[in-house]
Amino acid sequence: MQFTSSSIGRKILMAITGQAMVLFAVVHLLGNSSIFGWLNGGINAYAEHLHSLPLPIIIGFRLALLALVCVHIWFGIQLTLENRDARTKQYAVKSTQKTTFASENMIWTGSLIALFIVYHLAHFTFQVVNPETAALKNLVPLHNEMVPNVLGMVVAGFKNFFITFIYAGAMVALFLHLSHGIQSFFQTMGWSNDRSQPIIIRLGTLVALGLFLGYVIIPLTVFAGILKG
Amino acid sequence: MSDHKTMTLTLIVWRQKSATDPGKFETYTAKNITSHHSFLEMLDCVNEDLINADKEPIVFDHDCREGICGMCSQVINGKPHGGQERTTVCQLHMRKFKDGDTIYIEPWRARAFPIVKDLIVDRAALDTIIQAGGYTSCHTGGVPDGNAVMIPKPIAEEATDAAECIGCGACVAGCPNGAAMLFTGAKVSQLALLPQGRPEAAARVLKMTAAASECGFGNCSNHYECGAVCPKGVDVKFIARMNREFIKAQFA
Repeated sequence: MQFTSSSIGRKILMAITGQAMVLFAVVHLLGNSSIFGWLNGGINAYAEHLHSLPLPIIIGFRLALLALVCVHIWFGIQLTLENRDARTKQYAVKSTQKTTFASENMIWTGSLIALFIVYHLAHFTFQVVNPETAALKNLVPLHNEMVPNVLGMVVAGFKNFFITFIYAGAMVALFLHLSHGIQSFFQTMGWSNDRSQPIIIRLGTLVALGLFLGYVIIPLTVFAGILKG
Repeated sequence: MSDHKTMTLTLIVWRQKSATDPGKFETYTAKNITSHHSFLEMLDCVNEDLINADKEPIVFDHDCREGICGMCSQVINGKPHGGQERTTVCQLHMRKFKDGDTIYIEPWRARAFPIVKDLIVDRAALDTIIQAGGYTSCHTGGVPDGNAVMIPKPIAEEATDAAECIGCGACVAGCPNGAAMLFTGAKVSQLALLPQGRPEAAARVLKMTAAASECGFGNCSNHYECGAVCPKGVDVKFIARMNREFIKAQFA
């Protein structure tokens, strides 16, 4: 049986693509945190630094991310459909002992995150959600050159209740998804046993919580008026 | 007997005449049940009443009634084997229930386990997985000297932990995906841990996991429900070990 059609092979692909995206989420958060000013020039300088990378690197990185997302979604849907088919009739009394809300709803939290990614790209990458605050159209001076005003765009966006609500909601979905996904990676790769697994589960949830708090603090501090443009 | 009090219970039992019958729940009253009855003995009492009333008794699997054969297979109030830790249905006792309780009794539910009748399912698919590779094909000669093959005690113990599986199918019944990965993982691990099983380890894990998919079992998504409902306490670490064997087999 081919690796990509076998049960465990596809599970491993889900785990590796998922974990690679977790690493991306960590790096992305570190970049975002420049909004709090630890980098000279703040998030505008960080964005300018990313965009000044050679074009093949930017395109290659984006294509690689897109490939990760596509593989993860494709096999995620395929495995979910197969699993539903393997258990068509549910019990009259539902009484699971270890199964969690997060582990049972991976397909739904995943779908929400996928929808959010589309919205997030439209908002901050293609900048079509609030065109008048688009960073590419509002240049500001930085280190003697004019750069896109990312900070202004972010702050303008999160002053809107609905946008902040969408971001915060998506981060709840991300937390649920990762609270199952991160520890799951280690089990799938065969890197856990009865002694390490309880620790891995706790650490996985902790990392998911850290990402949730780190991400959600930006829209919330803007909305609360603490972080200003 | 010090405890003369008896219980009356309401049973809501899945009744299905044959594999093709749609099946439905029927309600029965279990009377004169003492706390010393086992769950199956309680059902025996109900069946006696049904037979005396000229009704079809509830059909269920059972054999040793000692908790070691893996035949009894009922989902009680949504939990395979009733939810008492490391206990099969036959070793579950009525002292775990109270007078007046309502108890739902259902068969294992998984596509790979078609219902034969009422609470009996066909678990031959587990045999198919074993036939695919759950063996070693070494020639057995004379009796070897004791300790001729050295196996460190922790390894021998871990292999024995995996070998505790009695093949009851509770892991499949509990799994929201109807997967048989704990069953398969236990056998793959048991044999992969021991020197006699190593030569065929790579081929075995590929064949057995493929057979599980072909039988219609689902895929593991790490709910860990299987380990929680296993009456023998087979740990989900054996699924991790099977995954590791699967990855190693890609390079074998």
